[in-house]
Amino acid sequence: MADRSKLTFYLLLAPLLLWLVTLIILPHVGMFIVSLREKVGVREYETSFANYAVFFNEPLYWNTFARTAYMSVASTVLTLLIGFPIAYYIAKLTRGRSKTTLFLMCLIPFWVSELVRTFGWMILLRETGIFSSLLQYVGLADAPVEMLYNDAAIMVGLVYTSMLFMVVPLVTTLDSLDDSLIEAGYDLGASGIAILREIVIPHAMPGIVSGCIVVFMLSLGNYLTPILLGGKDSLWFTGLIYSQFITRFNWELGSAFGFLLLGLSSLIVFVGLKLTRQSLGKTMAQT
Amino acid sequence: MSETPDLECRDICKSFDDFRAVDNVSFAVPQGKFFSILGPSGCGKTTLLRMIAGFQKPTSGDLLIKGRSVVDVPPNKRPVSMVFQHLALFPMMNIGANVGFGLRQRGVNKTDVKKQVERVLERVGLGGVADRAVSSLSGGQKQRVAIARCMVLEPDVLLLDEPLGALDLKLREHMKIELKQLQSEFNTTFVYITHDQSEALVMSDQIAVMNRGVFEQVGTAKELYYEPQTAFVAGFVGEANRFAATVEETGDGTLTLRTDAGRMLTGVAAGQGLARGTAAQVFVRPEAVRLSRAPQDATGNAGEGTVQSVLFNGANSQVLLRDGQSGAEISVALPQTGEFRDLQQGDAVHFCWSPDQTRVYADG
Repeated sequence: MADRSKLTFYLLLAPLLLWLVTLIILPHVGMFIVSLREKVGVREYETSFANYAVFFNEPLYWNTFARTAYMSVASTVLTLLIGFPIAYYIAKLTRGRSKTTLFLMCLIPFWVSELVRTFGWMILLRETGIFSSLLQYVGLADAPVEMLYNDAAIMVGLVYTSMLFMVVPLVTTLDSLDDSLIEAGYDLGASGIAILREIVIPHAMPGIVSGCIVVFMLSLGNYLTPILLGGKDSLWFTGLIYSQFITRFNWELGSAFGFLLLGLSSLIVFVGLKLTRQSLGKTMAQT
Repeated sequence: MSETPDLECRDICKSFDDFRAVDNVSFAVPQGKFFSILGPSGCGKTTLLRMIAGFQKPTSGDLLIKGRSVVDVPPNKRPVSMVFQHLALFPMMNIGANVGFGLRQRGVNKTDVKKQVERVLERVGLGGVADRAVSSLSGGQKQRVAIARCMVLEPDVLLLDEPLGALDLKLREHMKIELKQLQSEFNTTFVYITHDQSEALVMSDQIAVMNRGVFEQVGTAKELYYEPQTAFVAGFVGEANRFAATVEETGDGTLTLRTDAGRMLTGVAAGQGLARGTAAQVFVRPEAVRLSRAPQDATGNAGEGTVQSVLFNGANSQVLLRDGQSGAEISVALPQTGEFRDLQQGDAVHFCWSPDQTRVYADG
């Protein structure tokens, strides 16, 4: 009997283990080994940290690295600031049908592929695009305005792409906040801001943190949006990894970059969790 | 000189679209009284309470606290506090922070908050728990924290929205007494809403019975129980046998009626509009009916019946009789004198009750 239930347990676990081992662990082990190889001649390799040394000795690489990090953090913060009022409105101020409709409206853009959505932004923002034409028509600009290929365009694209992943966990946690707690706050003399600070945000913290983690990871690992909206000067770290692997056939350096990016995202998530005094297990279990 | 009441409602109305939840309710609660609003669910009592707290705005009418109109005052500026149905203690704060929440909003400095929180917690019998988590408390203790959280602000009126509803029966009985004690200790005006008549009867100085948005009757527990003014109050407060009947004869205060099942009864008119031939409702409390094995003096309403069943519930036991003459079912409180201890199904017993305790209301 006990053997039977054990067997069921392992059978159910098998797909997850298969996925983890073949798609996550094995490639990473392979990549790590590749990243430690230094090419010394034709088909001659030595084990060393030379690839990592290249990264630290070349300012372009670590500047790009730092830029990717702070742009991702900025887009996460911006997504949170825009997403929170939306989530609060959906969770607390609407009921029944309008709630479902609003939720669906957040979801609908994701029925279209990311590529098409990003092209949508390009149609709006390019020199001959809708915004530029509109500004000229109204008379606010006398020549075509190029709004693509700058940091603001990248930011817009990143926030837009990851909005849903912030709104969903926030709606879930805010939904679980009992309305009477907010009323009790008012009843005890608190202002709207005090209630937000002392009741709503502490309650929504697990949702905020898990939304931020997901959005940060998505931004950091995003390739399409920064390249398309930021153009050649986007200087996104995933772009560097891509060019090492595909353009320069330098798998060794590409692997090293990949590992550095993994280390960076883990570090920032860890620091974020420590700062908000949340644990990963707790946040993931609650949303 | 008449004192200004702590809370006064003047012709309060509240409509939701076509539905009138609260209809022309007026009442006044003097300082330090325990006022209950008793009614079935959906009668509008919660809406009324939420209007007093400020979460809903009356469609018309005026609300005065200590003589000052508060209709346009937002809930966070009103001198009333509310104990919510599920208490609404903040789970993200410890007990001390919960109780001190209101004081902190007023900008009281930290040491004073701490002092006052400790003092009020001691008054509700929970000294030294300020640093513990809310979840570490039992149901009754949470109740007291919720009250302390309101009382620390020294509100003019404390509103309680069925706070005992979530507790189990034993604890509820205990908390009834405790609430009453807390109220007299703090000497604050309490407005308590409930659908549980025993809570209202035990604790209140004044009770308003509410039905379909209107106050049916306002009075003390005894008045409501012994002299209900409407058929609804007679049926809602306490137990009652109800018979549909027609008025046969009217005398000075007493009426002779024939029930639809065919028994003649005499009773007192408790309402208006009881002319000859009108349809009426007759209410008799189970505890007003006297049982005996032998035939009794035929004064009042008497008869003979068979025991249908004995619903044993300790001191609240009841006997269901079938009236031999009309076939109507009558519920009678089982006397606990030992005489009827061996009463069984099928036994024949005599019953009678006095016309004074037969209250007649016009039907409709």
